[in-house]
Amino acid sequence: MRVTAKVAAFQLVDVMRSRWLLGYGSFFLLATELLLRFGGDPTRALLSLTSVVLFIVPLATLVFATVYVHNAREFIELLLAQPVGRGALFAGTYCAMAVSLSGGVVVGIGLPFALRGGAGVAAQAAALVGTGVALTLVFGGIGVALALRVDDRVRAFGLALGAWACAALVYDAALLVLATALSRYPLERPLLAATLANPIDLARVAMLMRLDASALMGYTGSSFTRFFSAATGTVVAALALAAWAAAPALLGARVFRRKDF
Amino acid sequence: MIEISGLTKSFGSRDVLCGVDLCVRPGRVTAVVGPNGAGKTTLIKCLLGLVRADNGRIRIDGVRIGVDPCYRATIGYASQMGRFPENLTAREVTNILLDLRGASAVIDWELFERLALAPHMDTRVRALSGGTRQKLNAAFAFLFTPRLLVLDEPTAGLDPMASAVLKDKILSERSGGKTVLIASHIMSELDELADDVVLLRAGRVAYAGSAQKLRTFTGQRHLERAVAAMMAREAVCA
Repeated sequence: MRVTAKVAAFQLVDVMRSRWLLGYGSFFLLATELLLRFGGDPTRALLSLTSVVLFIVPLATLVFATVYVHNAREFIELLLAQPVGRGALFAGTYCAMAVSLSGGVVVGIGLPFALRGGAGVAAQAAALVGTGVALTLVFGGIGVALALRVDDRVRAFGLALGAWACAALVYDAALLVLATALSRYPLERPLLAATLANPIDLARVAMLMRLDASALMGYTGSSFTRFFSAATGTVVAALALAAWAAAPALLGARVFRRKDF
Repeated sequence: MIEISGLTKSFGSRDVLCGVDLCVRPGRVTAVVGPNGAGKTTLIKCLLGLVRADNGRIRIDGVRIGVDPCYRATIGYASQMGRFPENLTAREVTNILLDLRGASAVIDWELFERLALAPHMDTRVRALSGGTRQKLNAAFAFLFTPRLLVLDEPTAGLDPMASAVLKDKILSERSGGKTVLIASHIMSELDELADDVVLLRAGRVAYAGSAQKLRTFTGQRHLERAVAAMMAREAVCA
């Protein structure tokens, strides 16, 4: 445990040195500030920010996490020659990624809302930050596992972009086509399963149920709301997101334990 | 001190180690030599746990190495190419290592002093020259006065002065009873250092024994010629 914390601390120092994390946090800070200041009421700002978070967080965290692991390669090799276990080393490396990228979202979105959002939207703003953190853990974890599995930087980068495109763009479109083609059959349950199978859809549903804006739900989202009430729906979505965050972390740990350096 | 038996490792379809059996005696300098791709670095990395062997076992002081990383507290390792986190300074990297294992070890700054690393300590690794990184790499291996030194081509990229300093250090550690394992291509320097020679060829041990015996056996005065003669003999047999 102590070694894990040390490793995470070292990695964080290294991450803080490079400017991308600062840029990432500033982006959210700026977007939130602008939307709050000029976007009319805070609820509308939240709605716009939800779209931004659902689009940007998966893409940015996938790319950052992949690059981060490849950049940490020297550090990992150095530490593996010391009396440091692989489990602790992986945990520390993963935590530094999770903490730094989540930090960007928490500070970037949370701070402006805390300062000027007002109490009325506090719960919803917190939900948005939570959604952002959940997406960070899911896609950051996928990025880490991917980068550990694929040593070639360019290939890993390409696969990360591909994974994002599938989850963010292709998935919903494919479902829509399928649902149109099979419109004569009852599709509620399959579509429900389809929502649970895509973390971005899940995050969207979880967030929009809180914002009560089902028009933006997308095809899979509307079936989800028909099935669940707001309360159970949120719980189910949160549990499914947790599973989605745990899976790549466990996979990454497994790859890391067996990897040759 | 180190007993290796039946060690195999393949990367995909490429068999790098095909059953290595080896005994490294304590208090001596053992040179691991062999042509490129013979498996020297893989063997060393298996010893460090950086590479997971497919089969076989390694014992250090009678204890089989496995998941528990503690055994590495007795090893000082210099990898083939010193690679350190680019954004940190040399001092920060040093402090990380001290933080991780300094508490239980005697710290030996001799190589830092003799290799004149002090002026580079506050430079980021990114900005250090290749030679300085190699010096740092070598100095780290000796920093915690380990009982076992594992050096993978330690003088590659070092200037003659630094390389002489390093060789002196290796010899003085040996006279202090330390065990040293060196992989190298530079036979002339091994001539000065090696007590024992392990010749690897295509993932197998072709010769393991004292350097003196190898010289006598092949009728060559220098290790370079002796190893070359041994390799030629091997080639004929094969």
